[in-house]
Amino acid sequence: MDDLIADFVAECREMLEALGGEIVAWEAEPDDRARLDSIFRFVHTVKGNCGFFEFPRLEALSHAAEDALADVRAGRRHPDGQLVSAVLAVIDRIAEMIAAIEAGEEMPAGDDSALIDALAPGAEGVAAPLTAAAVEGQARASSAPRTIRLSVELLDRVMSTVSDMVLARNELARRLRESPTDVPVDGAFERLSAIIADMRDAITRTRMQRIENLFVGLPRMVRDLSAELGKQVLVDIEGGDVELDREMIEMIRDPLTHIIRNAVDHGIEKPAERLKAGKREIGILSVSARQSGNQILIDIHDDGRGIDGKKLVEKAISAGIIEKADAAQLAPREQLALIFEPGLSTAKEVTSISGRGVGMDVVRSNIERIGGIVEVDSRLGEGTRMTLRVPLTLTIIPALTVSIDGQHFAIPRSAIEEIVRANGESVLLEHLGGAGVATIRGRRVPEASLAEILGIESDVDEQDRTLIVLRPAGGDLYALSVDRIHDHEELVVKPAAPAVMATGLYAGTTLADDGSPILLFDPAGLAQVGGIKLEMQERSARIAEGPAAAVSKSTAVLLFRSLDGSRRALRLAVVDRIEEVPVSAVKEAAGQLRVQVGQAILPLAGAAGAELGDGKIRLFRLNDGAHEMGYAFAEVIDFATIDKDVIHADRPGEISGVSLVNGEPAELVDPHWLFANHVGATARPVEPLLCRLPTEDPWMQNMLRPIVEAAGYRVVGDEHEGDADLVIAAAGKKVDAANAIYLRTEPEPKNKKDESIYRYDRAGLLMALKSAGAGGGK
Amino acid sequence: MNELLLVVTIAGERVALPAAAVESVVELDTLIPVPRAAAHVAGLSALRSRVLTVIDCKRSLELGQSDCTNGIREAAVVEFDGHHYALIVDLVEDVVEALSDAAPVRAAMGAGWERVAQGMVDTETGPLLLVDVAGLIAGSVEAKAA
Repeated sequence: MDDLIADFVAECREMLEALGGEIVAWEAEPDDRARLDSIFRFVHTVKGNCGFFEFPRLEALSHAAEDALADVRAGRRHPDGQLVSAVLAVIDRIAEMIAAIEAGEEMPAGDDSALIDALAPGAEGVAAPLTAAAVEGQARASSAPRTIRLSVELLDRVMSTVSDMVLARNELARRLRESPTDVPVDGAFERLSAIIADMRDAITRTRMQRIENLFVGLPRMVRDLSAELGKQVLVDIEGGDVELDREMIEMIRDPLTHIIRNAVDHGIEKPAERLKAGKREIGILSVSARQSGNQILIDIHDDGRGIDGKKLVEKAISAGIIEKADAAQLAPREQLALIFEPGLSTAKEVTSISGRGVGMDVVRSNIERIGGIVEVDSRLGEGTRMTLRVPLTLTIIPALTVSIDGQHFAIPRSAIEEIVRANGESVLLEHLGGAGVATIRGRRVPEASLAEILGIESDVDEQDRTLIVLRPAGGDLYALSVDRIHDHEELVVKPAAPAVMATGLYAGTTLADDGSPILLFDPAGLAQVGGIKLEMQERSARIAEGPAAAVSKSTAVLLFRSLDGSRRALRLAVVDRIEEVPVSAVKEAAGQLRVQVGQAILPLAGAAGAELGDGKIRLFRLNDGAHEMGYAFAEVIDFATIDKDVIHADRPGEISGVSLVNGEPAELVDPHWLFANHVGATARPVEPLLCRLPTEDPWMQNMLRPIVEAAGYRVVGDEHEGDADLVIAAAGKKVDAANAIYLRTEPEPKNKKDESIYRYDRAGLLMALKSAGAGGGK
Repeated sequence: MNELLLVVTIAGERVALPAAAVESVVELDTLIPVPRAAAHVAGLSALRSRVLTVIDCKRSLELGQSDCTNGIREAAVVEFDGHHYALIVDLVEDVVEALSDAAPVRAAMGAGWERVAQGMVDTETGPLLLVDVAGLIAGSVEAKAA
C-alpha cells in the first residue's frame, strides 16, 4: 500500500509540475479547451486515486472541482474569473495535501467546505488562505526517497552500451581462442563474461515488468468498489506473466483503472437487476493480457448491461458532438466509439466512483499517446469488452527460432500452439488444388509453407519439414512448415524500418546472441501473405461467447455411431485408444461380455444385443485411471465439443443425457455408469480381506468359495496361520474369530438366538459378507 | 556555404551526401536478406548492437544491383525517422566543403537520379550532384510495389 501511495504522490507531483504553466495560461484564457481538458484530467485522476486510498478530503475537493469543470466542458457553464480562482484554490489545496502525504504526516486538519462552496455557480469570494499546518508540511524537507526515478532514455543508453559490451566480449573471446593464452588470462576472461551476463540480465530487467504488477491491485480495488456500490463482482485475471516495458505499464495504469471502475460502476448491474435479467447474481469481470504479434492486448470484459449505442447517439446529438444527419449513418461500432468523445455520458446519475462516464476520452488520449488503440465492443444486456492494444516496442518476448535455407527467423512463442513433424504418426499432409491441408490428430488445419511465403528455395523435402501450429490474434489455427526449428530464446524486439514492415510479414527485428540480426515474424501477417483465410470471428459472436465460457468450459467429446446405429458422444478424456479385434475375441463370460485385447481381458459395453457378425469389431479402450474396459462402436464420426445445454436422462444408465453436438442430437455416454456397472463388481481393495473356509468341507469349497471370492475376499483354508478377517463355518461349530458367519443347512433357524444363515439364502449371505468386509476392513 | 559533403560513388557516378546526415562509414560484412521486402532493401546488418537496414543505392536508383556476394561492402550509415540505415555505395571518397548552395540541374537526368537529386553544388573538385538520403531510402515506386 505504501508503494502505491508513493506512486500516487509521485504521479500527482509530476502532474502538478506540468500543470503549473497550464493553470496560469488557463486563467488568462478561460475558453482554451485544451488547457481546460488537462486540468480536468488532473482532478479526475486525483479523484480516481484517492477514492481508492481513502483520502476523503482530497476526494471531496477533487470531485467538486471535477463537477464544476465537467459543466464547463459540457457547455453548461461559462468559465468566469470567479470559477477559475476557485479551481486554482482547489488545486493549491490538493498540492498541499499531497505534500503532507508525501512527508508521511497526518492529513492536516481543516475544512474545505469554503473552497467547495466557492465552486458553485454564483458563489462569492475566494477560498480562505492556506492552513498553517499545511504550510509547515510543505516547508519541511521530505524524507530521503527509497527509489529514484530515471529517464527511460538513460536506461536505453545503458542497455545499448551493455549490448555493445557483449559484442566486444564475443570478439575478445574469438581472439583469445585463436591465440594461445595462459590459464590466468582465461580465468579472468571467464569472470568478466559472467559479470557481463549478469549485468545484461539486470539491465534488461530494469526496463521490463510483469504486467502482474499492474493487475495485483485490481481484485482489491474491485472488491472495495463493488462493496461500496452494493454489487457482487468476481474478478478473473489472466496473463499476468506477460512482460511489458516499465514505461508502458505506467502509461496503462490509469486507463486500465478507469475502465475497470467504469465496468463495475456502469456495466455490472445490482444483484437484483441481474437476477431479473436472468443472469447470475455475481457479475464477472475478466481482465486478461496476452501478446499478439507486435502488440500486447489487454481485454477487460464484463457481463453487465452493455452500452446502448442508440442512447449514445442521442446524447452525442444533444451535446452537439455530431450532426443528426451523420448520426443516422453510424454503424453500430461507430456508435459505440462515441463513448470516447469528450463530455459524453450515458450514466443516469453521477457517482463518486467513475464520474459521468467521462474519462473515456482521457483513457483514449493516454493510450494513443503511447501508440496504442482502445476498442470497445458491447452488446446491450450481455456485456462490454474493452480492448487496449499497446505496442510491443522494446519488449522482451520469448520466441522460437526457425530456419529455412540456412536463414534464421523468430516466431513469437505466444502464438505457437504446438510443433509436430510433418511425417509424424498422427500427422497427414495433403494437397488439395495446390493448397496444403494438414490433419493433426483428426483436426484439419490449413498449411502454408514458409519457403513459399518467403519465396525461398528450400532443399528440405516437404515430408521432412516441421509443422508449427500457430494461432494468430483473433484468427484460426494454421500450420506453418519450416525446414528446421532451433531454439527458444528471449529476444529484445525493436521495430523494423518501414521498408521492412511494409512486407506485412514481420513484427520487428532483434539481435541474436552472436550479434547478427534476426527478423521476427508476425503470425497473422504470414497467414495473410500465405493466402490462408483466417476466419475472423464475428465480434458479436465473441461477445456472446465470453460470458458462457467464463461459466462453463466446453467439453471435448468423441462423436461416434454405436453398433445399434445411434449417434453418441463420449468424453475424449476417458478414451485411451481405439482397438480392433476379431469378433471371436468377444465372449460372454462370467456374467457379462468380455473382450480379449492382447493379454488383457476387459469387460465390454456397447455390444449387448447387437449382431457382431464374424469379421472384426472396433472398440474404444476406456480408462478411469485404475481400470480398463472396452466399448464397442460402429464408426467414429468426428471430434466435437459440447457447448450446448445437456438434457439429462431421467434415470441413471448408459446414457446420461442428450445434447446438440455439431447441430444434431447425440446421446452422451456416461463413463461413470459404465465403469460402475462393468468394472465395479470386480474391483477389489488393494489388499484383499482374508476369509477362512473349512478345507474339508466340499460344499464350502465348491459352492461357497466363488461367492466369497466374488465379494472380494481371498480364501484360505484351515491350515492358514494367523488371523483371518472373516471365518465361515457350519452352524454348531465354534470358531475363535472376531468376525464369523455360521451357515446352517435348514431354511428355518433353530431358535431365536440362532444367528446363523441358511446356506442358500444368497441375499443374506452377500449382506453378511459385505458387512463383515466393511467392519473388518483395514 | 560551409556545408560538408561526403563524396561517394554510386553506379560509377561521383555524388555528394550531406555529411551531417551521415553518422559513420562502415564496412558491412554480414548481410541478412529480408524476404519479400522491396528490392532495394538489400537486407539487415548489425552495427554495435543496432540493427541496420541496408539499402542498395544502385538498386534504389534503378541502375542495376550492387554485388553483395563477395563479402565486404562500403556503406554510409544514416539515421532517418528513428531508424538506422546503411547505404551501400561503390566507394567512399572524401569529405569536401560545399562552395555553393544547391542549384537546380536543368538538364535531363535519369529517372532515378531525378527522384533523389536535391541539386548541384560546387566543390573544389568540380560540381557534384547532392543526393537526398530520404529519397534513396524510399526507393522507386516500382521497387516498392515489387
